Amino acid sequence: MSMTKEFAGKTILLDDEGFMENPAEWDKAVAEELAAEIGISPLTDGHWQVIDFCRADHQSQGEAPTLRRITQLAGVPTKELYKLFPKGPAKKVAFVSGLKKPTGCI
Amino acid sequence: MKKLLILGAGTAGTMVANKLSHMLSREEWKITIVDQHETHYYQPGFLFIPFGIYGENDVIKPKRDFIPQGVEMIVSEIKLIEPEENRVRIAKDDRFLYYDFLIIATGTHPCPEETPGLTEGEWRNSIHDFYTHEGAIALAKKLRTWDGGRLVVNIMELPYKCPVAPLEFIFLADWYFHERQMRDKVELTLVTPLPGAFTKPRAAQLLGNTLEDKNINLVPEFYPERVDPERKVLVSYEDEEVPYDLLITVPVNRGADVIGISGLGDELNHVPVDKHTFLSTQFDNIFALGDAANLPTSKAGSVAHFAAEVFVENFMRYIEGQEMISSFDGHANCFIESGFGKGILIDFNYDVEPLPGKFPLPGIGPFSLLQESEMNHWGKMMFRWMYWNILLKGKEMPITAQMSMAGKWN
Repeated sequence: MSMTKEFAGKTILLDDEGFMENPAEWDKAVAEELAAEIGISPLTDGHWQVIDFCRADHQSQGEAPTLRRITQLAGVPTKELYKLFPKGPAKKVAFVSGLKKPTGCI
Repeated sequence: MKKLLILGAGTAGTMVANKLSHMLSREEWKITIVDQHETHYYQPGFLFIPFGIYGENDVIKPKRDFIPQGVEMIVSEIKLIEPEENRVRIAKDDRFLYYDFLIIATGTHPCPEETPGLTEGEWRNSIHDFYTHEGAIALAKKLRTWDGGRLVVNIMELPYKCPVAPLEFIFLADWYFHERQMRDKVELTLVTPLPGAFTKPRAAQLLGNTLEDKNINLVPEFYPERVDPERKVLVSYEDEEVPYDLLITVPVNRGADVIGISGLGDELNHVPVDKHTFLSTQFDNIFALGDAANLPTSKAGSVAHFAAEVFVENFMRYIEGQEMISSFDGHANCFIESGFGKGILIDFNYDVEPLPGKFPLPGIGPFSLLQESEMNHWGKMMFRWMYWNILLKGKEMPITAQMSMAGKWN
């Protein structure tokens, strides 16, 4: 089940959990509005460092990175990530970066 | 002679050695399997040891009993994999083992030292684990004299092996303290980084309800930073605290160190592979099977079993230069022990979440899916026999490798 919603003047396709279906529809203005929707506003340099890493990692790996992958490869400590994206940073940064929810393999 | 080298004689490595020893020509192939330990543990049985259902000797057998004739077994630590040279250095006699094809089945392991505070002072006193033989035995001793309080089961990080085991542990704890007529003296809490009792929505809801019915608290989305063993609290990255009197932890799981040292692992030393064929994303003569691989499905024996069936078919094609046309679907099948002689069965894959219904099994079943039944408990207890006598030996099981929708209500 998909739905569409307006972000930064664009019509964006979302999955049933509200994550963007198509990462190519994403841009920085969309990210700001997505972030505001989950109570993160405005996006700071700290946020962008993480978002940029996640976008690039998704490009090369085909999926949103896990929390440990972000902390190890982007060099941002876990504690800091929780300050930037409180309550579930891996999920929230994927949401803001226009990526699918991380699989959280179990 | 072509050389096939298998690293790890656990569930996945042993199954594949058995299957391939029947299929590969003995004139053309030499199969070698390396493992650092002589003992094979029936890991699903660890869960039952703390409650005195199994004793410590009920879950062990010599690895050699399951390695087929014609396969060379070497007991040694593995020092380094050198994929560019097609060789592996082992500690025994400091020698190299050369290969044409390599199968990595070195598993994943609990690493309690990854979490600050966990192993400092209170380890195996007020802090326990049950994912190791020693841990399960120590916990059995602890529970025999424990007089009650706050018992917390916590999961440190994803992925960890056998994702349903912490739930089973806490269901069995509820039963155990009832039996000992002290349930009213015990507060049970499950603390997890997941948003609910399980990842997949319908199973999470059902298992969440089961927790509630049994008066077990659930603390979701709790990602622990450290344990304070003196104050006896779990502390999250957001400085939330969960107090305990007895902490039973599922530590961070990591693949073997040699995977990391050899440059073949991800952040947790699991080997990146194609999720349908298990071929390494880096080298075209290396496969990783079982918990060692970074597949986006459960780290569990049932997954290793279904995966092994798909793998051997493909491997026979691959060595002839043919396309690997079988595709693994992420099939997992788990009996969840729910206490009081009952169990729940779940059956799912990469794309289909656990659904309710009936699971057909010729001659024995059907079993109820996503619902408690006594039959499911007996399925779980019977599984130990099947593991030693059928599964490890690579014999046919009456369950298909690919998940089937038969009996499921969609």
